[in-house]
Formats: sequence, structure tokens, C-alpha cells
Amino acid sequence: MADVNERKKLLEIENLKKYFAVKAGFGRKQYVQAVESVSCHIFEGETLGLVGESGCGKTTLGRTIIRLYEPTSGRIVFDGEPIYDSEKKVAVPMLPYRRKMQIIFQDPSASLDPRMTVGEIVGEALDIHGLYKGKTERRERINELLDEVGLNTEHSNRFPHEFSGGQQQRIGIARALAVEPQFIVCDEPISALDVSIQSQVINMLEDLQEQKHLTYLFIAHDISVVRHISNRIGVMYLGSMVEMGESYELCNHPVHPYTKTLLSAVPIPDPVKTRSRQRQLLEGEIPSPINPPSGCRFHTRCPYATERCKQEFPKLREYGPGHYAACHLLEEKGV
Amino acid sequence: MNESKKNLLEVKDLKVSFFTPAGEVKAVDGISYTLGYNEVMGIVGESGSGKSVEAYAVIGLLQNPGKVVGGSITFEGEDLLSYDEEQMRGVRGKDISMIFQNPMTCLNPVYTIGNQLTEALTCHDTSISKEEAWNRAVHMLQLVGINNAEKRMTQYPHEFSGGMRQRAMIAMALIGEPKLLIADEPTTALDVTIQAQILDVMKDIQKRVNTSIIFITHNLGVVAEVCDKVSVMYAGKIVEQGDVNDIFYDPQHPYTKALLASMPRLDEGEHERLIPIEGTPIDLLDPPQGCNFGPRCKECRKICLSKKPPYAETGNGHISACWLHFMEGAKQAGSGEEA
Repeated sequence: MADVNERKKLLEIENLKKYFAVKAGFGRKQYVQAVESVSCHIFEGETLGLVGESGCGKTTLGRTIIRLYEPTSGRIVFDGEPIYDSEKKVAVPMLPYRRKMQIIFQDPSASLDPRMTVGEIVGEALDIHGLYKGKTERRERINELLDEVGLNTEHSNRFPHEFSGGQQQRIGIARALAVEPQFIVCDEPISALDVSIQSQVINMLEDLQEQKHLTYLFIAHDISVVRHISNRIGVMYLGSMVEMGESYELCNHPVHPYTKTLLSAVPIPDPVKTRSRQRQLLEGEIPSPINPPSGCRFHTRCPYATERCKQEFPKLREYGPGHYAACHLLEEKGV
Repeated sequence: MNESKKNLLEVKDLKVSFFTPAGEVKAVDGISYTLGYNEVMGIVGESGSGKSVEAYAVIGLLQNPGKVVGGSITFEGEDLLSYDEEQMRGVRGKDISMIFQNPMTCLNPVYTIGNQLTEALTCHDTSISKEEAWNRAVHMLQLVGINNAEKRMTQYPHEFSGGMRQRAMIAMALIGEPKLLIADEPTTALDVTIQAQILDVMKDIQKRVNTSIIFITHNLGVVAEVCDKVSVMYAGKIVEQGDVNDIFYDPQHPYTKALLASMPRLDEGEHERLIPIEGTPIDLLDPPQGCNFGPRCKECRKICLSKKPPYAETGNGHISACWLHFMEGAKQAGSGEEA
């Protein structure tokens, strides 16, 4: 892609860290290093997918970017304006930005207040930001939103429990769309849904993106889904970003050893193909993020790890157009 | 089906209903299949399609208000439905065992892994010495790929990671060398890398101890990887059944076709739009008069909404319950009985 540098970056993060304090007994504190020095950017109008195993920090990263979690350190720039910078001590009030950045949560039944009607849930965001002039306008706006996500306007007086999982997720999407955001973090939006419903929601997210020029950060553990919906994909392991690139390129020519293993583990619904594939299996378990390995976090399980990997934290470097990976070996080989 | 090969398990016209205050829910509504020795069958379906209920009926673990209301389950020539609870306990864990979806809720947190593994052996065979049971349990843990098995035996479930707990469950299910293993979504709660390890363990063990497996899942990728034959379930019925290659390369039923088309695949080329299955699964309290999939089917005809379709066979034991097979002049090898 020649125009990679010309495209507008809607969101940029630099060395973002998020540590959670946990008690270690005797008044001491330890830190779960959930996100460790992640830098990336998201272009306007694209979908960036985030994949990784559970506990790799992808959800934490998504929530830290929109400052639902306060970052430990680093820099977040949204639409040219820094919204967080630990060095310059910038931490802007988020309320105006909540109109621009929204989130769709994983579990639709847990993220909708059971005592509010659908109309109240969707309308609450309109109230907070004062996005209507009178009751009728509010009513119309809610109906319009419900219509956009494929629900009936009569649904606005019902409660969340009266809906199926797929419909509940649509309510969550309508709520996120209410403030007309530019950027939406989709945190495993379809994992809780049935297979036949998943594709309905995926298609709807794609349509909405086209109509409203939305930018998505799409987080999911199902790589096939992420591969389908994303323009670019970032792969995370134990809090750090190990590889990032155009989704077709990354899935077909992964360079980082972890990405290779991860992709080879995904079963393909094609008996001959999937049985003939060579699979690379990882030894051991994911180390604890409380006391992560020194240097490259993957070195304890990497079959190619060297002395240098144990000492030095690898930085993301570009190996092809827009294709980044964090691995010392690649650097040495000069791929 | 090969007539000379005796079947391990024969399920015929099995019906399971739940009697709820709101009415009778026909969770499993007349399903039939046979499972040969050393064969792996996948049961695919969405949640609520009855795939787990069917398995619970086979192993005799149906909870109130669920009841088997018709059909037969024959295991090695014995009618399992005629067994009382005492007899069933003799079968369960010995000849038929089960792996559950969530290993944390199925392992007892207050007993060590070793304790639970050896119990699975000693409760069926009191002649086994403690030492022998212990040794076999250690060996089993090694087989499923748990390092440091001796030490792990003395640990409690909370000291295991998710993938290891599932392996411990598999070890426990297989320690009695059962003839039939029912795996109910064994990898759904796990990450793909762990899933790959577990699938490898299961394939490997299946070869070593010659177990037949019923593999229940909604992940078609997993089915393609491990199963010999596949039953696709929708709303309590098997809509299509056949050899794994037939199901994936030559699907007959509109539901199977739609399911395959609606899934994003890792090996797809440039961006293709998914073809979703519109609508939602039917309400089992109020099933439609015709084909259960009718209301969501793109090729739905008049007859589909008024009468249940019979099975049509397209060769090699590949059956599919759809009216379309009878309309396009397709050969009608099916027995014509109602599906």
C-alpha cells in the first residue's frame, strides 16, 4: 500500500502501559503488567483487529485506549489531540471525547441495565450529551437508532431480558451509536452469540461502518472472525504487541514465531486441508503477567530463543510495507 | 453402513422432553444414529439444538424435568434405557464416560487430582490395589501430556491451568478405558493453542485405546479436524448426517449449507461478504407444523411449512431431511418415514 503514510491517523498510542496493583500480603504490592509498552495507530475508517489468547491484555488495551482504565504511562492521541500523556502530565476530561469514542461490550446481558427499558438505555447517552431539543426529537432519534440496528420501534418499551442474545447485542450497538461516535471499540462483540447469529452481527457492523465512516478496534479471540472483518491485525502476547500488519499479509505470511503457532492452531472447516496442515505446538503454559519473563516475553516458549531474547525487550520494527514485528531473530536475519 | 461391522451404539428414534410449567419442550425429537467401534462422530448444532441433551440421555444423566419419552438406546446389544440407576452406575465411567465443557465445575475442588483419578478406577473395580491405581493414574496423566505427573497427582484443581484441568478431565474419563467417550464441547472454553493441544491428545488417545467418541461442538473447524462422520442438529432433529467429507464438500441440507456459508474462514481469499442465516432459532415450546428450519430457510416452499420432511439418502449413508430432495426428481432412496 503506497498511501499508508498519507492516510489520516485517527488514533495513535505510544508506549502505553497499564499495570494493576494486587496485594501480595504483608502490606506489599505487586503489579499485574497487563499492557506493556504498546505502540500502534489506527487509520480513519479502518478496522484494526486485536487477537491473542485470554489474558494477553487485548481487552485491557481496548479499555485503556478510551480511558475506561486510567493508563499507567504512555501517550494517547485522538484525532490530533493528546488525551493522555504521562510525560507532559496531560489527562483531559473525557466527557467530550465520550461522544467520539464508544465501546461495545462482550456480554450483552451483563452490560445492559436490567431495570431500564431499551428506550431508556439508548436514550441515556442522548440525555447526557444533550443531543435533542424536545421529547419528540428524543423519541424519534431512539426509534431511528433501533431501526438502524434492525430492531422494531415497539421494542423501546421492553426490558433487556425479553430479548435474545443477538438482539441484546444490537441494543448495545444502538447505545454506542447514539452519540454518533467516530471510533468504536468492539470488545468481543460476537463471542457470546450463536454461530448463525454471529454472521448477522458481523455484517451489520460492516454496513454501519460504511454508512457512518466509523473506525473500529475489533477485539476477539476468534482469529477467523478478526481476519474477516479487519483491514489490519495486531497480535498480542502477554501484554505486548508482537506483530502487526495488513490482515491478508499477516495471516498468509506471518513472521513472528508466536503468530505462526497461533495461526497454525486455528482449525479450518475443510477436512482435507485442516488434516494436512503442519501444526506447531507450544510447550508449557503462559507465564504470569505479575512476574513476566525478562526480555522478550515469549522467550520461555519460543523454540528459537537466544541469549539476547532473555535480556532485551524487542521493539516493533517494520519488515514489509506496514508489516511490523517485535523479534530479535528477524532483526538479526535482516528479513 | 457396513453390515458386517457390529455397532457399538445404536440410537433409534430417541425423544427427550422437558416438562416445564410453560409446557412440554421437545428438546430431542426423534433422532437416530449408529456409532461403530473406533469411530468418531461429531454432533454439530447451535445452543438449544438438543445436542447436549441427547448425550446426557445416552449416559443417563438427564436431570428433572427432562425425560426420555420414546425410542431406544442400545449399547453393545444392551438396552440402556431399561437399566436402573444402580446398573447405570456400573456402565458410567467404565464403558461410557464423558468430558464436560467446563472442567472447573466438574472437578471436585477439595480432593486432589490423584484422589479423583484413582477413584474413577477403584469404584468400578475393587480388586485394584491402591498402588496400581495410582500408577495407572500417573501413566494416564503422562499420556494426556501433563509434565511432572507424580507431583501433579498430589495437587488440587485450583493449582491447574484451564488447559491442564481439561486434560485432567480427559485423563479421568479415559482411565477406565471406556468403549465410548462423549465429549461435550471439550474445547469451547479454551484458547485455540490449548484447543489444538487437547485435540491432538484426543486423537492420539483414541488410536491407542480404541475408543469411540461422540464429539459435541458448534465449531465446524474442530469437526473437520477430528470426526469421521457428522450429524447436524437443528431444533431437536438431525437434519443431515453423513461422512465428514460428504458433509463439508457436498452438503445437502439448506441449514448445513447456510452454516458453512455464514462462517468466516481463515483460508478465505480477499474480502467476501458473509451470508448470514436470517431470523432466530425456533421456540421449542411452540414448534412449527412443518420443517423446523422452514421459517429461516431461503429455499422454503409451501410444503415445508405444512409437513415435516422425510429423510432422503444420497448414497454412502448420507441422509438429509429436506423436501427439496423430493422435488427436483432426486432419487428417493429414503424410507419415507417422517424425520
